[in-house]
Amino acid sequence: MISGNYSDHFGGRRSHLRNFWKDLYSVDLDLAIQPFLFRFLCSYLDQGIAIWGFPVWNKGFLTTIREMERNTYTSFFKTERAKRLLMDRKCEISDLLKILVGDEKLYEHYLFDQQFAHPGWSGIVSVIEDMPQTLLDSRRISLQDLIIFELLLEIDTLDHKFGENWLPLSMRITEKVQPLFGKVEIKEYHEVLHLWQDAFEWSFYDQVLGGLQTNQAKGTILKSPAFQALFCIDDRECSLRRYIEDIEPNAQTYGTPGFFGVAFYYKPKDGKFSMKVCPAPMNPPYLIKEEVDNKKNKKDFHFADYTHSLFFGWLITHTIGFWSAIRLFINIFTPRLSPATTLSFRHMDKFSKLTIENHNTEIKEDGKQIGFTITEMADRVEGLLKSIGLVKDFAPIVYAVGHGASSVNNTHYAGYDCGACSGRPGSVNARVISYMANHPEVRNILRDRGIEIPAKTIFLGALHDTTRDEIEFYDDTFPDLAKTDLHKHNKQVFHQALDRNARERARRFVTTNIKLDLKKLHEAVKMRSVSLFEPRPELNHATNALCIIGRRELTQDLFLDRRAFMNSYDYAIDPEGNYLFNILSAAAPVCGGINLEYYFSRVDNLKLGAGTKLPHNVMGLIGVANGIDGDLRPGLPNQMIEVHDPLRLLIIVEHFDDIVLKTIQRTSQLYEWFINEWVHLVVIHPDTKKITRFKDGSFFDYSPDFVPPTVTDVEALFKTERDNLPVLLIKE
Amino acid sequence: MERILELLIVWPFAAFLIALFLPKENEKLISGFTFWMIGIHFFTILGLIIYWGTQGFHSVNLKEFSIYESHNMNFFIDFYFDHVTAVYCLVGAMLTFLVTTYSRIYLHRESGYKRFFYTILFFYAGYTLAVFAGNLETLFIGWEILGLTSFLLVAFYRERYLPVKNAFKVFSIYRIGDVGIILAMWASHHLWHENITFEKIQNYELVHHHLESHSMFGLFISVMILLAACAKSAQFPFSSWLPRAMEGPTPSSAIFYGSLSVHLGLFLLIRTMPFWEHQLIARILIGGVGLFTAAIGASIGRVQSSVKSQIAYASVAQIGLMFFELALGFETFALFHFAGNAFLRTYQLLVSPSAVSYLIREQFYHFEPKHENIETHFTKKLEYSLFLLSIKEYNMDELLDKLLWKPFKNLGNLLRFINIRNIYFITIPTFLVGVILQITRFNLPEVIVEVLPEIFALTGLFLVFRAYAGRRNVFVVWTLLVMNHFWVTLAISFNDALTMYEIIFHLAGVVIAGTLGYVVLWKMYKAEPDIDLNRFQGHVYEYPNMAALFLIACLGLAGFPITSTFIGEDILFSHVEYDQIFLAFYLALGFVISGIALIRMYARIFLGPHLKRYHAVAQRSS
Repeated sequence: MISGNYSDHFGGRRSHLRNFWKDLYSVDLDLAIQPFLFRFLCSYLDQGIAIWGFPVWNKGFLTTIREMERNTYTSFFKTERAKRLLMDRKCEISDLLKILVGDEKLYEHYLFDQQFAHPGWSGIVSVIEDMPQTLLDSRRISLQDLIIFELLLEIDTLDHKFGENWLPLSMRITEKVQPLFGKVEIKEYHEVLHLWQDAFEWSFYDQVLGGLQTNQAKGTILKSPAFQALFCIDDRECSLRRYIEDIEPNAQTYGTPGFFGVAFYYKPKDGKFSMKVCPAPMNPPYLIKEEVDNKKNKKDFHFADYTHSLFFGWLITHTIGFWSAIRLFINIFTPRLSPATTLSFRHMDKFSKLTIENHNTEIKEDGKQIGFTITEMADRVEGLLKSIGLVKDFAPIVYAVGHGASSVNNTHYAGYDCGACSGRPGSVNARVISYMANHPEVRNILRDRGIEIPAKTIFLGALHDTTRDEIEFYDDTFPDLAKTDLHKHNKQVFHQALDRNARERARRFVTTNIKLDLKKLHEAVKMRSVSLFEPRPELNHATNALCIIGRRELTQDLFLDRRAFMNSYDYAIDPEGNYLFNILSAAAPVCGGINLEYYFSRVDNLKLGAGTKLPHNVMGLIGVANGIDGDLRPGLPNQMIEVHDPLRLLIIVEHFDDIVLKTIQRTSQLYEWFINEWVHLVVIHPDTKKITRFKDGSFFDYSPDFVPPTVTDVEALFKTERDNLPVLLIKE
Repeated sequence: MERILELLIVWPFAAFLIALFLPKENEKLISGFTFWMIGIHFFTILGLIIYWGTQGFHSVNLKEFSIYESHNMNFFIDFYFDHVTAVYCLVGAMLTFLVTTYSRIYLHRESGYKRFFYTILFFYAGYTLAVFAGNLETLFIGWEILGLTSFLLVAFYRERYLPVKNAFKVFSIYRIGDVGIILAMWASHHLWHENITFEKIQNYELVHHHLESHSMFGLFISVMILLAACAKSAQFPFSSWLPRAMEGPTPSSAIFYGSLSVHLGLFLLIRTMPFWEHQLIARILIGGVGLFTAAIGASIGRVQSSVKSQIAYASVAQIGLMFFELALGFETFALFHFAGNAFLRTYQLLVSPSAVSYLIREQFYHFEPKHENIETHFTKKLEYSLFLLSIKEYNMDELLDKLLWKPFKNLGNLLRFINIRNIYFITIPTFLVGVILQITRFNLPEVIVEVLPEIFALTGLFLVFRAYAGRRNVFVVWTLLVMNHFWVTLAISFNDALTMYEIIFHLAGVVIAGTLGYVVLWKMYKAEPDIDLNRFQGHVYEYPNMAALFLIACLGLAGFPITSTFIGEDILFSHVEYDQIFLAFYLALGFVISGIALIRMYARIFLGPHLKRYHAVAQRSS
């Protein structure tokens, strides 16, 4: 298998049919149509780049085209028939296909070829059709409209070349067209690929499972922990938690999806819209508003419309055009924050007030209830605490740390923020859950439900900037002096941990000198987030491969190289698997989704990913394309995935396998993730640490071979190792 | 000061040549080297200009050396330094320096890291040469280098379809601009009876004296210069290439198409201003083209929904205004305008990815469902029509297609009967007949002898058209392109003065480049029997060295300043009499089309999506 030579030539079926235009008619339809089609489509969907926006709006794509065609001195088309067909409202896709293709059996294949010649644009049209709310400046469009328009342009192009007398495609094709969805023969080549993928995945999984079994950490069952900190499940938080526990052995950390179980829409001060800050599939009926004096966003004239206009542009080039030169000089030699930077801490003003508590359920804004009632709050706090297994032994301060990212010149910036907050920083959620858990009436209800939060305990919201490795705390002024001191001490712990975390991340950045001392290295890492020329401000979820759902002691002494999503979970609190069901229902699509996005972007970055981001051009604020004529690029750019290994996510649950099996089978939406092997699932027995693997609907025993090497100072490795490190056991 | 100026011109060339030999894997070395070379250059220029200012801003002319000298022509390199050069080279050096610094990290891990940096260095060398040039010939060398490096940087992502297609488009339009310069060079040679320097045309008396007797000739030169300037500066009807050039990494787009390359047309106009400023018609034409482009450029720019094309058209419109300012006589004003525009657009392009987060935030806080703008006050019909026309870029592309490329292609297709079977039977005997005619003359009547050069040159041109339309056989196309030079030489040889030495001077380069190209094609054919010119084949993936050699061969044959053919072509032109305007036109057209056909060959065989699919290949539409 290793030295075998396998033919990989299978002649794809897609675009086979439509290629006949080129072969038999010498017409390159894509070349003739796509540039105009894309430009026009982009103008129609544009969210605010064009100065002269689309003149007809809110009527639907095809209606708009008809309206414009009717009222113009020029035309969309060069020939008469296409115009006639456009104006004929009864004209359907099949009528047009009859002219173009002729044979009904080939219609489906033809449309498939046509639309998959530009999957980016077709894809976004389809998304906007299903979810119009995805655009702030809404547009009505359907895939059907797009197809009709494209077919009309094709007819126009052919008519222009041949007149109206040309034979439909099927009349001139003599060879048999392979049915698009016909059976595909599985060859040895495919089996070999399958084996390689298996070997690739399990070589790593085996290390992890071996590590989990070997790890003897007893867990620190602390009766009086120094502080507790809840982090996002995100793989980028796993190293920070390790450092916090290392610096303050009396601290406990937890992982949970970064919206902290509070789902709502957030409306910043002066915002014209509200934004969702919970997992994307949810649609919560709550709104939380920011209240603050004097919120101002700084402006940058380089993005202003008037620089592009003739007269003002003329004035500006003569005057502040020279200022651009100075700005450029400054920005290249000493990068700094600018209005163009996306900064996580800007998501919410540190000194703002939030309308968290609802006082009147009757008053609605944008159709949503403002804030939560006491019971609603209690439900959410209870849900959160029970799902992560934090129901007793509360520390004096419990931090809820959301996360966000900062970057500049980054079209994919939303992908760097918290996935559980719909690609936004988690600061509002962290503050909201802390407010709820601090509320005396909420605590009363919780007491009745068996969770006793002592009066001396307070919850405190914070935001971790994963790019800059900085942290901001909210509402952290206390009347109590002892608490102030305690918090001051804890802050030290966080800051030290962040410095070290920055170093761990920096080992992956080839352009950063890892040998700098800790503070300087941290500054160098921060610099990346404000540098215009830095396409890798951070590496985001790259290298993610695991999702571990269980108690912290399972992983405490293991070095997992920031590759694991980690959700705290105590099986003992949840014998039925109810909380587990909630966790998996979020973790499988969120973590699994992230993982597959990286997986596909990595295996074929040119087709399934976005390619290199360096030539990207922003299209209508809805996507990026290469240059100005290109199709929209799906997936992630090369700079985000180049260090990623395409492994499917391995979900590891600490529980009993029969309970887990019942849990995943509760809904088909959840089960399909596992039965279709979109993610792998392994269960580790809480007492015996026996491992079973889910395959084809049931669990099988698995015993790992790997015994992790022991290291005492893992940070010493960072100075030399740039690539993935194996699973290691850290011993003091 | 003179020595320093010379050093400044040679410096980037030296840097480019050294960069070619740096190890491919060592990013730090490559970008560090480029950084220092350009940095030193920039600060030297800065110092020099300050020193020059203290000395009173006197223009400096440096006559360097003659490359070729004969009784009727003297091809020499000449440099000139004045306030225009100072502004252009200072802006150029500063932006190139900043952009290379920017690219050091931006391009990290990009395949083609080294290629990017040495192409930038080569570009910079060409730019420096062009702005320091003291005569049209010297400027033309720099101009050609800019054309080539633009092609290479637009096609930086050479494994994808669109960059290669658009790079080819840019190159073709630049090449049209080249016709302008070549014919302007030819005509001014006859006007002045020497290779006039920019310094001399400052002399009003001299210019006035020469133009008095040849006012049409003078206008012809001005129009040709305007043609060249329009192509280079993306003025009407050539504007559509500029946004399409934004295919390379963002910093290269910023420096080339945002700032330097695109303002070179303006530079040409400023340089030749003393010549055309006394011709009212020329001024009206220049101002008119500028104003018209400004109007439609602004209108197209207003509807652009992608950031880079918006910046490109805004820039086109401003350059149109600069043409206009220049036509009105405000030279200093236009220079200021150039510098401001270059800085502004470079910065805008460099921060263009930030537009997403910035504008979405703006939208979030300041959204209004429907903007009011000027056009909403028009009648509906006018509004929609203008909108649609702007989206279609006023059909400029179709216009060019209809007027230029289609007729060329159709002509070529008519000549399809020349194929691999008969190429030698048709072309070689007829050529030999021509040679015999040339030697013996058979006492042919004077009238016939007089038209023979035109006939032969036209034959050569037809061969080029045939090559331009060639699709199947690479050897036919190559042979035709080589043959063209022989026909052209034959044509000119009827003009008495052409010496054997000059013929050899011209053809030596042709033979060398022709042989090299043929050998590469033969080797490629042996390895990949399917090569043709029907589609892009991307063989550079497997044969990078072959690709490089073939590019050199193409450039040699296209009269790029690397072989004696470059001078040879100039010599040939100098022998075209001033009443043989058709001959000059055939020659120029042949020169341009053969260049396009050659680059097309290179692009089709070596660039674009790779035919073999054992590795990831991008979608065509991406």
